[in-house]
Amino acid sequence: MTTQTKIKPAFDVMAARADFPILTRPVHGKPLVYLDSGASAQKPRAVLDAMTEFAKTDYANVHRGVHYLSGAATDAYEAARRTVQKFLGAAHEDEIVFTKGGTEAINLVSYSWLSPRIQPGDEILLSVMEHHSNIVPWNFLRERQGVVLKWVDVRDNGSLDIDALDAAIGPKTRLVAITHMSNVLGTVTPLNEIVARAHAKGVPVLADGCQGAVHETVDVQALDVDFYAFTGHKLYGPTGIGALYAKRAHLKGMRPFNGGGEMIREVSRERISYADPPARFEAGTPPIIESIGLAAALDYMTGFDRNAVAAHEHSLLVYARDQVRQFNWLKVIGDAPGKGAILSFEADGMHAHDLATILDREGVAVRAGHHCAQPLMERFGVASTTRASFALYNRRADVDALIAGLAKARGIFGHG
Amino acid sequence: MDNALRELYQEVILDHSRHPRHYGALEGASHKAEGYNPLCGDRVTVYLKLGENGRVADIRFEGKGCAISQASASMMADMLKGRTRADAEKLMEGFLNLVKGEHVHGLSEDDRETLDVMSGISAFPMRVKCATLAWHTFKNAVEEGAA
Repeated sequence: MTTQTKIKPAFDVMAARADFPILTRPVHGKPLVYLDSGASAQKPRAVLDAMTEFAKTDYANVHRGVHYLSGAATDAYEAARRTVQKFLGAAHEDEIVFTKGGTEAINLVSYSWLSPRIQPGDEILLSVMEHHSNIVPWNFLRERQGVVLKWVDVRDNGSLDIDALDAAIGPKTRLVAITHMSNVLGTVTPLNEIVARAHAKGVPVLADGCQGAVHETVDVQALDVDFYAFTGHKLYGPTGIGALYAKRAHLKGMRPFNGGGEMIREVSRERISYADPPARFEAGTPPIIESIGLAAALDYMTGFDRNAVAAHEHSLLVYARDQVRQFNWLKVIGDAPGKGAILSFEADGMHAHDLATILDREGVAVRAGHHCAQPLMERFGVASTTRASFALYNRRADVDALIAGLAKARGIFGHG
Repeated sequence: MDNALRELYQEVILDHSRHPRHYGALEGASHKAEGYNPLCGDRVTVYLKLGENGRVADIRFEGKGCAISQASASMMADMLKGRTRADAEKLMEGFLNLVKGEHVHGLSEDDRETLDVMSGISAFPMRVKCATLAWHTFKNAVEEGAA
């Protein structure tokens, strides 16, 4: 007998569930089973309360007035920036630019950093598992400036072939833009290795962290990644806010993005000079209340032992995957070692939308479709998949409801 | 099973989706249009041979997508073959009203009964677009799809 003692992860899912008011509502008369957090996560009371409280007591526009509330709001907004800085492990708070979300963060890098630095024939290296938000901003440069998009394939199990990526980085590669975690396959990419290989050839790396920041602990300094983009609403925070981390040296040399208030130093009729980063990239009134919500969401997440949360999500993934595999009419897509808590599958003889409609009637919310990752769908030869994505508030009973719903769908389609 | 689901996925619809009628390209089509729903990826191509005064002399379709979109296309082709243009338009209007849960009028009892199979979709507003894709594609083919 082994005397190995296993300490149970210190994560109490039932206590966490109590933090999310929406989880008590029924859908179609059934308890809500929310398995679509990969699209957008539900919000804990801590986030909702922080936003309401701020709006009730400290709200005004930021960086403008001399009055008391303007100062209070500015302090809170800048404190939120430091919370993001800490969450990502950034060295400096001015390396954090608030954006509308992950999409805007990537567009910002495309427009302000890469566009002025490329020639026709230069290359941007992507993986085939990118979300459209990490494809289309680079496609703009293909259309307008003649750059070439090069694609790194994934293996059949959905893992990234690091040597293939390395081999694809050539003398004309100007950027590697890659997801930290695939929103379809759940594959977690070896970012530190990718950065090391790219930097060895003098090529910067942008990581799309919209999924990765939720499920992985990020340290941008340890990763040495040049750009890291993420969105708030998948991190249990509000919609309408996200952030771009970029190294100081990159931000300094970046041209402005949107023009307007807040991003200028001085405006005369003849000449306009621009503010230093990050203000240079935050034109107009920013999402102030949302920044408070985002900071509350990050505080909420870091209040847990994040390894314990990850272990909890992983146990749900394994529990679900093992049962889904027992249905011979379902094919799981994406089984990379160390993958995150996302389970995508294709159903034989049943379209994902029909499946999702039937699951919905059971109160089970899943995502069906191409998941804004059409090149990946093409790679696996499927038009669409059904995706269950797990968050910290999901429990085994949610998986049981999913599995029961799948069996029912099969019955409705005449295989009962 | 709940009644709404039973209505939606009734045997006639599942049968049409598994064994679509009038499926495949139409040689010598006079009109053609492609329909695509970018949200869900459903695709339908409608081929027509229009006769005098726009009569639907022949109709075929090809497509890929959910059971609702493909069954709807199959049933539509079944119903439209041989119809005059005015008749086809009336059917389309009736169908669109039906799937939105609105009042349907001006159809023969036979047509009404055939279309009624799809009435269950009105309880699923998120899926109405699946059912209407083929009909909108048909309309595009007639109006703008001359070969």
